[in-house]
Amino acid sequence: MEKRSVYTNKLLPYLLLAPQLVITLVFFYWPASQAVWMSFRIEDAFGISTEFVGFENYVTLFGQRSYYESMWTTLVFSLAVTILAMSFSLLLAVMADKQIRGGSVYRTLLIWPYAVAPAIAGVLWLFMFQPSLGMIGRGLIAAGVPWNPMLNGDHALLLVILAAAWKQISYNFLFFLAGLQSIPKSLIEAAAIDGAKPARRFWTIIFPMLSPTTFFLLVVNIVYVFFDTFGIIDAITHGGPAKATETLVFKVYSDGRLGGDLGGSAAQSVVLMVIVIALTAIQFRYVERKVTY
Amino acid sequence: MAVVTLKDVRKVYAGGVEAVKGVSIDIPDGGFCVLVGPSGCGKSTLLRMVAGLETISSGEVAIGDRVVNDIEPAERDIAMVFQNYALYPHMSVYDNIAYGLRNRKTPKDEIDRRVQEAARILAIEPFLQRKPRALSGGQRQRVAMGRAIVRKPQVFLFDEPLSNLDAKLRVQMRVEIKKLQRALGVTSIYVTHDQVEAMTLSDKLVVMSGGQVEQVGTPTEVYRRPETRFVATFIGSPPMNILPGVVETDGRVSVGGQSLAAADMATDLKPGLAVDVGIRPEEAEIAAPGVAGCAFAIDFVEELGATELLHGTIGEGAFVLQVPTGSVPNGTKQVALTIAPNCVHVFDRETGKRLSRRPAEASKAA
Ligand SMILES: Nc1ncnc2c1ncn2[C@@H]1O[C@H](COP(=O)(O)OP(=O)(O)OP(=O)(O)O)[C@@H](O)[C@H]1O
Ligand SMILES: [Mg+2]
Repeated sequence: MEKRSVYTNKLLPYLLLAPQLVITLVFFYWPASQAVWMSFRIEDAFGISTEFVGFENYVTLFGQRSYYESMWTTLVFSLAVTILAMSFSLLLAVMADKQIRGGSVYRTLLIWPYAVAPAIAGVLWLFMFQPSLGMIGRGLIAAGVPWNPMLNGDHALLLVILAAAWKQISYNFLFFLAGLQSIPKSLIEAAAIDGAKPARRFWTIIFPMLSPTTFFLLVVNIVYVFFDTFGIIDAITHGGPAKATETLVFKVYSDGRLGGDLGGSAAQSVVLMVIVIALTAIQFRYVERKVTY
Repeated sequence: MAVVTLKDVRKVYAGGVEAVKGVSIDIPDGGFCVLVGPSGCGKSTLLRMVAGLETISSGEVAIGDRVVNDIEPAERDIAMVFQNYALYPHMSVYDNIAYGLRNRKTPKDEIDRRVQEAARILAIEPFLQRKPRALSGGQRQRVAMGRAIVRKPQVFLFDEPLSNLDAKLRVQMRVEIKKLQRALGVTSIYVTHDQVEAMTLSDKLVVMSGGQVEQVGTPTEVYRRPETRFVATFIGSPPMNILPGVVETDGRVSVGGQSLAAADMATDLKPGLAVDVGIRPEEAEIAAPGVAGCAFAIDFVEELGATELLHGTIGEGAFVLQVPTGSVPNGTKQVALTIAPNCVHVFDRETGKRLSRRPAEASKAA
């Protein structure tokens, strides 16, 4: 059966689509093509003229030690945030799923972090963990932990990871909860009668049945840590100390905006764009096919 | 194998709904007990309490000589077949059937032997490697059965296992379930709202209504001697006719102005008492020519093939008569009916209870 609307006016469908198309063109394709164009050029010292240099920006980029360091930071950062955000939100969702009453209050409370702007979230966490002012920071110092995210790169990275994961938990939670609630209750009951203890029920029935949700969230979370954590990093560490929290996205900004290397920064953007396109392609390919069962 | 005993079992759900209001049933070892009743009467709730999926508000459920009120479902040694089958969609048929054995740490070769045996009994060997979604409804039903029998439990529980199948398959699976249960000799409790299933499967039939047991007995007992008007109209298809009547003397009632002998009617009833009189559509007979009988005015005829249903009235009351096709010539407007005295059931108009010659206690023991 084919379901399609029939328009008598040939122009109307295009007219209805126009706002969406214009927005996509102006805010996505145009800047993206600009980035590609810029990545093949070098700006002179005064920013007056540019010159076409082919792949030189890319060659320079991949010859830089700092680029690989940033890649490593990004890898650690994204793995840690994704694993933390996903496992913690799954735990919360499982707990909320059991709780039938009071569920909506619980859910609303858990959704709030998602509504907080990244920069504000960053500042919040910074306040809490600031060694001399923050509640938790002071507590750590008092407990004898040599805590200083302002000077210690590992501490800084840890703090940024925690803040970024916290921000993403609510989003994951909603999807996991919806996923859990769509599992028929009789399946769990059948497993209980079949002699599976709660932990075994979770790993052999619930978790496999959540796999489409988990996979979808995995891709969304990776894209999130790659691109949407800029605000948090900027608010907490500005990429420091000593570039310890400089992820690939942050490097685009610091090289281009602060370092004035527009061509190199554009080349980095293009690399990132390729990554996100690849991730999205994987997601569409598998989510469309519904993963596993 | 085990005896199952329910003693004054009650269920009050959170929110105050009293779904089961004190039910006591004994099911003998190897017995097949069917719970039947209209939607919402608490059948599933009762079954789920036996399974351990619902807590028991008060009363006692015992399997064998063990009270299981506080025992986990897994430890009760039961198997359950759900209405929607509840097959694990991400596992193959083989893994679905083997799951319960694996959870119990059964040795691998033993699992394989038992899964293959169950698959052979249920004729699902060709599908063992498939996922449930690649099976038809009937095949899924068999897998669900396989999952139950492979564990060799003490008790089988069924919650409307056939209601998602088409009519033909339902009849076929009904017969198979009965055969399988006989062969395995496992005590079974089976919930249904289909009274044909209830009659054919059970050797102990429990009719429920509004959270209470209306009657317990063999299918024949329940059919022959319904204890209440509710049971009378619920069991039997088409349902028993209920006509307004008045008690006469000498064990007779008057229905639509005509006097009928009622063999089982209580003898101490006041003449003139208004009662309900039940007569099964298949138990009234067309009187031979010249023989006096109850006047039945025919309105229309429904053909069922071998039999036909004559719809009409006796006196003021609606009446349905089931007779072999062709028993009355086309266009007949009126016939006389004879009704055997032991086919006339008399019920209290207010309480709906059977007004029986035998006291209620004695009839229960019968
Ligand atoms: N979890 C629950 N919470 C509150 N009330 C419930 C719950 N489950 C069932 N009930 C109520 O208990 C009563 C009995 O329900 P039950 O499911 O046992 O009926 P049933 O006889 O199996 O009906 P059906 O033939 O429709 O399956 C119904 O009135 C129902 O609304
Ligand atoms: Mg039910």
